Amino acid sequence: MTSSTTIIPNRSYWHVVARQLRQEPVAMVSAVVLLLIICAAVFAPWLAPADPFKASMLKRLLPIGSPGYWLGTDELGRDMVTRLMYGGRLSLLMGVVPVFAAFFIGTSIGLFAGYVGGRVNMVIMRVLDVFYAFPSVLLAVAISGALGPGLSNSLIALTLVFVPQVVRVAESVTTQVRKLDYIEAARMSGASSFSIIRVHVLGNVLGPVFVYATGLLSVSMILASGLSFLGLGVKPPEPEWGLMLNTLRSAIYNNPWIAALPGAFIFITSIAFNLLADGVRSAMDIRR
Amino acid sequence: MLTYILKRLLYALPIALSVTVVSFMLVYLAPGDPLNAIAPADAPADVIEALKSAYGLDRPVPVQYALWLWRAVQGDLGTSIASGRAVVTEVFGAVGNTLLLAGIASGLGVLVGCVLGALAGYKHGSGIDRAATALSVVGVSIPHYWLGLVLTIIFSTWLGWFPAMGAGPGGSADWSWDWDHMRYLVLPAVTLSVIPMGIITRTVRALVADMLEQEFVVALRARGLSGMAVFRHVAKNTAPTVLAVAGLQVGYLMGGSILVETVFAWPGTGFLLNTAIFQRDIPLLQGTLLVLCMFFVVLNLLVDISQPLIDPRMGRG
Repeated sequence: MTSSTTIIPNRSYWHVVARQLRQEPVAMVSAVVLLLIICAAVFAPWLAPADPFKASMLKRLLPIGSPGYWLGTDELGRDMVTRLMYGGRLSLLMGVVPVFAAFFIGTSIGLFAGYVGGRVNMVIMRVLDVFYAFPSVLLAVAISGALGPGLSNSLIALTLVFVPQVVRVAESVTTQVRKLDYIEAARMSGASSFSIIRVHVLGNVLGPVFVYATGLLSVSMILASGLSFLGLGVKPPEPEWGLMLNTLRSAIYNNPWIAALPGAFIFITSIAFNLLADGVRSAMDIRR
Repeated sequence: MLTYILKRLLYALPIALSVTVVSFMLVYLAPGDPLNAIAPADAPADVIEALKSAYGLDRPVPVQYALWLWRAVQGDLGTSIASGRAVVTEVFGAVGNTLLLAGIASGLGVLVGCVLGALAGYKHGSGIDRAATALSVVGVSIPHYWLGLVLTIIFSTWLGWFPAMGAGPGGSADWSWDWDHMRYLVLPAVTLSVIPMGIITRTVRALVADMLEQEFVVALRARGLSGMAVFRHVAKNTAPTVLAVAGLQVGYLMGGSILVETVFAWPGTGFLLNTAIFQRDIPLLQGTLLVLCMFFVVLNLLVDISQPLIDPRMGRG
């Protein structure tokens, strides 16, 4: 290739990935959409036109485009724009936190198992295999059902669902890297296990695990809102997209568009996460 | 080949056993006494003691587990607290309904996914390819419970083509394969089929595109084989992977149908699980979990065992 004449001296790997990502229009649009949704959620107390909890019996299920309520009102007469903005806070939190938690816990366990190897590794991986015997939706519902409804319990349930998957990715990369010559060289030069993991192994493991975790974000969003939809997540009157979808279900005969709105936001967020993850994956494959 | 099957069976046994432990122990994750659900908070102490011994809760947990497992092996999963009926009867009635729904949905999803994926793989970069790629992204990103709701709004509320909920005009008891009953299956099955459809499309597309670049395909073409003959070779080589992915998807649908069953009030295992959770019906929860997960374990086993039957190279490894 002669087309790239600019030489980037000493650019870090992540800079290259970011540059690569900027050239993917789909990923960039997704990133902008996500940023808008996140901003709307974070700044909801300042941006939202109304109080998310203020109900009005007279203004129940106003249609989309009503004066003062441009996305209508819900079954208790609360402003939909406000509810959707506030709903994003809990929905995003419930979608993102388990992936972060699983990322840290799973990477640690995977690094440990892969680096120590041998029998310890086998025991850890066999124990985690048991969790693979449960379909993930079933596992999430069963754990949060057993723990009882509530925000923190569903966060725990989702984290537990994702940890084994992350461990598997981290462990397999660690096991591959551990056998490479330069690790052996580092060990012979007297480096401690901790510094070998930190300096030589972690850098190789983080990339694949990061890509895997970004792919989990959309799954996590759907599952988290699904738990709320079942009544296992946050409790009313808290605004959350999955829960709103549940409580608005009775409105599909009177005002179907309003009933479909919260789910549309789950969908948009989830597809944006997925497309961004695809972009990150292909950007990271190209190591230059 | 036989040793491979034996090995695989031996590997599945400890997993199956651990699944029984997890299914049994999950309810003990919750703080407090599992009895709280049955007895009122102000029940006198002797009533609580009587209830405890009636449900076997006065014994140590490992003993409870052993007894539960021993009975489960003999086909007795205890009595549902909510309904008073045998858990086995409840679960197997519901499993039949879930299998029906999940079976039709995965059949539909795999069929459409394979056709779309193969077309996309063959016509790399074409309009079909882009459409299939978009569909597969939508398929894996869409909250299927929401899709169910939207389909209900369109095809049930507006057009009135299909019923919005239930599993037949007279409930689920008298299922038969006529249009009056199958109308009830259309919306939930289509909703549920979107998940495997997206994943299968993605898998088949990548496999076929990759396969077409293989040297043996180029050689087949060079020898003047017709498109159909080449396709037979491609299909034969992609089949094992597709089968493995499809098998897993069927298993996921068994568990993943919970949300869709709730949307359409389909009387399957998801519905049962929901009842069990919200009524804190412990025997029902344990029994449903156990049966569903055993299905999943067996399905995984069948997929693994069938692999070398399709591709003999795998059995020798």
